[in-house]
Amino acid sequence: MAEAEAAAVDMILCPSSVSYDYTCGEAATRFLVEVEKKRMVGQKAGAGALVYTPPRGTDPASGLPTDIEVEVGPRGTVTTFCVVNIPFAGQAVECPYVQAHILLDGADIPIFHLLQEVDAADVHAGMRVEPVWVPDDEMGPTMESIAHFRPTGEPDVDLDELRRDNHI
Amino acid sequence: MVDVAVVSFAQAPNVRRDYDRNEVEILSPVLIDVRNKVGLEKSDIDFVCSGSSDYLAGMPFSFVGGLDGYGAWPPISESHVEMDGAWALYEAWVKLLTGEIETALVYAFGKSSLADDITAVLTLQQDPYLVAPLWPDAVSLAALQARAVLDSTGHTAEEMAAVAVRDRANAKGNPNAQVSGDFSVEAIMAEPYVVSPLHKSDCPPISDGACAVILAAGDRARDLVEHPAWIRGIDHRVEPHQLGVRDLTVSESTRIAAEKASASGAFDVAELHAPFTHQSLILEDALDLGPDVTINPSGGALAANPIMVAGLTRIGEAAQRILDASAGRALAHATSGACLQQNMVCVLEGS
Repeated sequence: MAEAEAAAVDMILCPSSVSYDYTCGEAATRFLVEVEKKRMVGQKAGAGALVYTPPRGTDPASGLPTDIEVEVGPRGTVTTFCVVNIPFAGQAVECPYVQAHILLDGADIPIFHLLQEVDAADVHAGMRVEPVWVPDDEMGPTMESIAHFRPTGEPDVDLDELRRDNHI
Repeated sequence: MVDVAVVSFAQAPNVRRDYDRNEVEILSPVLIDVRNKVGLEKSDIDFVCSGSSDYLAGMPFSFVGGLDGYGAWPPISESHVEMDGAWALYEAWVKLLTGEIETALVYAFGKSSLADDITAVLTLQQDPYLVAPLWPDAVSLAALQARAVLDSTGHTAEEMAAVAVRDRANAKGNPNAQVSGDFSVEAIMAEPYVVSPLHKSDCPPISDGACAVILAAGDRARDLVEHPAWIRGIDHRVEPHQLGVRDLTVSESTRIAAEKASASGAFDVAELHAPFTHQSLILEDALDLGPDVTINPSGGALAANPIMVAGLTRIGEAAQRILDASAGRALAHATSGACLQQNMVCVLEGS
């Protein structure tokens, strides 16, 4: 009864992959083109609307097109952060390091980026930071043009002020 | 029983590839347009339901990004199907029948152009153990079905080509169509095969697109438009996943869905979601439409085939002809899966 004794096939390997060309979109393109020039922009859908950066083309609250461009940053304020203590495969930065939400000046939502040139224990909400750009010959229309953010040494922003504007 | 009607339809122009705009940027103007046509604010919409696929976008939870094109603040009642938007419309229709809501906005979006090979993406809907590892692409599976049709039904390759001629001539009147013009059976027969027996013109274009529909119940619909497109019947049926256990030359699921949707008698127009020419022949056999019906006045899926959108577009195009009083009774069909696996039939009437 060879058939009865055959082992069950309990695993098969079926490698599969599909590749895509992602469309940034018109709004994100505007952001990335400016990043290459060491500038950052956001967009808003009307005079009183929130400024989103990087912009995605619509105001996610109203659904309206964000047709007004606003220069933001390059300096900003840390609204929240985490300290990464656990190494993982392919990690580019040595532990411990800090990933922070940074509210660029003039923007209403924070971006996410690496915070360096500061001891992790000294990072706090309200801290003023600025971007450190990669060398000029490495600049391109990509978030990787910003090597990291670092503290500016300016006085902290009052947390109550950030709370009042729903930024934390 | 609550009467439910399509009261508005809007769509983006279908294009081979929108290099500039992402899905949200394509979708946002359509969602504004579909509301403006009937003067509805976002606060007038009781329920939002969408159809799209992460496999098209190549990223998880892409439908959540799609909501950025609608605007989900204040918080909205919302649902999503990982299917063609026609099935999102079905969900909204069911919710309207409960009487809990009076209006629903249904939308669909998809950029078939993002994948380097969209026919390979469609392979991933096959059984992952025994079929998908063989990587049968979507055109090859359709060709398998077309061959079976030619070998056993009496339909001919010339009849298939005539479907493309008909649909693309109709598409000349559709400003949102991607492929339109005066084709001929002889020229199509002379085209090289993409996969035998399918010539290039037997196959749909690759399309980026989006569309949206607003449904309303009873008097709400009558208040919004002069000629609501009442949904008098709608049903969908699914056949087995395994291609080998199905008779690919007929569409029993379409026939039964049509029976359940009371899709008999005369129609002025029929919009059929047949991406390949032989599939139109199969559907026309299953639906027994009669000689007087105008099939695919918009050009159908052979004129533009944004995946996840093209089915809802059929319902929208059929409804539009009732909304503008150029038709009194219309049939719309949507399909999903390989080789017409799942089919929906919707009967729309002006009174």
